[in-house]
Amino acid sequence: MKAFTIPTPVRYGINTALLILFLIAGNAITQSGLLGRAQNAIIIQVGFFIILAVSLNLVTGYLGQLPLGHAGFMAVGAYAGALFWRAHILPETLSIVVGLLLAGVVAALFGILIGVPALRLRGDYLAIITLGFGEIIRVVLTNLDSITYGARGLLNIPRHSSFLVVYICVIISCAVIHTLMKSRHGRAILSIRENEIAAESCGVKTTYYKVMAFAVSAFFAGIAGALFAGNLGILVPANFDFMTSINILMIVVLGGLGSMFGSVVAAAVLTFLPFVLQPLADYRMIIYSLMLIIVMIFKPSGLMGSYDFSLSRILEKVIGKALSLGRDKGGKNHGKA
Amino acid sequence: MGKRDPKAPFVPHRDAYKAPIMECVNLGIDFGGLTAVNDFCITIGPTEICGLIGPNGAGKTTIFNLLTKVYQPTRGSVYLQGIDTKDMNSVKANKAGLARTFQNIRLFKNMTVAENVLVGLHNSISYGLGEAILRFPSYWREERIARSRALELLEIFDMQDIGDQKAGSLPYGAQRRLEIVRALATAPKVLLLDEPAAGMNPAETEELMENIQKINKVFKIAILLIEHDMKLVMGICEGIGVLNYGRLIAKGTPAEIQRNPLVVEAYLGKGQSDSESGGEDSA
Repeated sequence: MKAFTIPTPVRYGINTALLILFLIAGNAITQSGLLGRAQNAIIIQVGFFIILAVSLNLVTGYLGQLPLGHAGFMAVGAYAGALFWRAHILPETLSIVVGLLLAGVVAALFGILIGVPALRLRGDYLAIITLGFGEIIRVVLTNLDSITYGARGLLNIPRHSSFLVVYICVIISCAVIHTLMKSRHGRAILSIRENEIAAESCGVKTTYYKVMAFAVSAFFAGIAGALFAGNLGILVPANFDFMTSINILMIVVLGGLGSMFGSVVAAAVLTFLPFVLQPLADYRMIIYSLMLIIVMIFKPSGLMGSYDFSLSRILEKVIGKALSLGRDKGGKNHGKA
Repeated sequence: MGKRDPKAPFVPHRDAYKAPIMECVNLGIDFGGLTAVNDFCITIGPTEICGLIGPNGAGKTTIFNLLTKVYQPTRGSVYLQGIDTKDMNSVKANKAGLARTFQNIRLFKNMTVAENVLVGLHNSISYGLGEAILRFPSYWREERIARSRALELLEIFDMQDIGDQKAGSLPYGAQRRLEIVRALATAPKVLLLDEPAAGMNPAETEELMENIQKINKVFKIAILLIEHDMKLVMGICEGIGVLNYGRLIAKGTPAEIQRNPLVVEAYLGKGQSDSESGGEDSA
C-alpha cells in the first residue's frame, strides 16, 4: 500500500500556524519582563546568528565553496541599515522594513562585486581571496571617518531589533533559502557542489549560479548585520573582523554542511553555550573548545549531518504507523483507511 | 575489398541524403608540444550509431572533450547542424544538442536518482527565481511535469522505482545507466557515450546494446560511442572510426574495419599478420 502523505496545502497550513503560535509565545515572553535584559539580548543574538549561519550554509553547504569573508557582508549591511535608520526619514515601521531591505541589497551588490572575480577560484584560494575582501571592507569602514565615525563607533542607532522583527527576518531567510533549494535553481546549485564538469555538461550555467548563490547569501548576511546594529545601538568596524567570519563558519560546520536545521540548532547552541558557562569564568573557553573538538571527532559531519528536519515527514510517519496499526487491529474492518 | 579512403565520409544509407547532424573538419589540439589529436574528420548522420575505437591513449576521450568544449580545439572546427561551435562553451554546446557521459562516472552522488535526471532537465524547465521562491502556480505545474518526465526517462532502463535512492549508492552498472538517462534528459541531438559498457558483465552489456538501439530509434538521435568491448561496437555501430596516436587511421562499416590491415596493426602490432582480424572480440 502507499505511504500516508499530507496534502501540500495542509502541510503549509500546519507550518504557518505553528510559526504564528511560536511568534505570539515568544513575543509574549520577551515583552512580559520575565527574562532579564541579558537573556533577551541573547535571544536576539541567536536570531541573527541563525540568519548568518543559514545564509553561509547556502554557499558552504549547498554550493560547496569556502568563503571566509561573511563578516564583511554583515558589516556592509550593518552600516547601510544603521546609517539609514539614523537619518530618520521614514515613519518607524516603514523605516525598519526599508532599512533591512537596503542593508540586504547593498550587501548583495558587494556579494556580486566580490563574487564575480573570486568565484573563478576554488578551495583554499577562494578562502584566502574572500578573507582579503572581508578585511578590506573592515579597513575601509574604519577609515571612512566622515561617514562611519571609524573606530570611535557609530552611535545612537535606533534599537529596531525587537523579537518580532528578528523572528520575522529569521523565518523569511530560512523560508527563502529553503524554497530556493527545493527548485530547479537549488538543484543546479547542488549539482555544482557535486560535480562542476558534469553540471556544465547538463547545461547548468555554473558561473551564474555561483554568483547568484553568493549574492543571496550576502543579502541575508546584510540583513543580519542590520539586525546586529539595531540590537547593539552602536557599531564599530572591529565587530566584523576575521574571527566573526570564523565563528559563523564554525556554526555551519558544527551544524552539518548542507543542513539548514543543523545551522539553526548550532547557532542556538553556540550562542547560548558561552552564556550558560559564564559561572565557570576563565574555564568556559576551554570547555567551549573541548565541546567543538569532541563533536568533530565523534560526528565529523556535524551535529545533524545532512539531515533536514521536516515536521510533516514525522507526522506522516506517525499517522501512517497509527493507520496501519488500526488496520491490523480492525482485522476485517474494511473501508477505514 | 579495396581500401576505403580514410577521409571519405561514411554515413548509413537512411541518412545518406539528409544533412549531417555533426561534422568535424580537420579537428586538432596540442597540449604544449604534444599533438593529442590531429586532422580528425568525421561526419555523423542524424540517426546514426557511430563508434570510435582505438588503443588506450589514442585520443578518443580528448575528442569528446573537444566536441563538448571542455577543451577548445587548436585547429579545425566542429559543426552542429551546420553551425560552427567555435564560440561555444560546454553549456552552450549542451543547449545546441550535445550531451555526454563520462569515462570515470560523474554523477551527482549525494543527490537522488530522480534529482540527477531533474538536473538534466534543468533547461527544459523555465520558471524563474522569484517564481520558485514565492511558489507560483507555474512552479508546481512545471515541477510536476518535470518529475513525471524524469520518471518516464528512467523507465528506459527500468529505474523508475529507485528514484529516491542516492545516486552514489547505486551499483556501478546502474550508475552508468543513470548517466545515460541524465544525458538524455537534456534533449540532445547527438549523444556521446564514453565507454558505456565499462565494468558491465556480458548480460548487462547485451541489455545495454539493446537499449542504445532503442534510444536511437525512439529519440531519433545520433549516438557516438567510445568503447573497448568489440562485441558491442561491431554489434550496433553502423560506422566506425579507428583512432591511433591522435589520427584517424580508418573509417568504415564494422566489416570493413575488421578486415583493415592498418587497424589490425594498431591493435596487435606488426609481424602478426597470421592472427585473424576477428580475434579482437573480448579485448
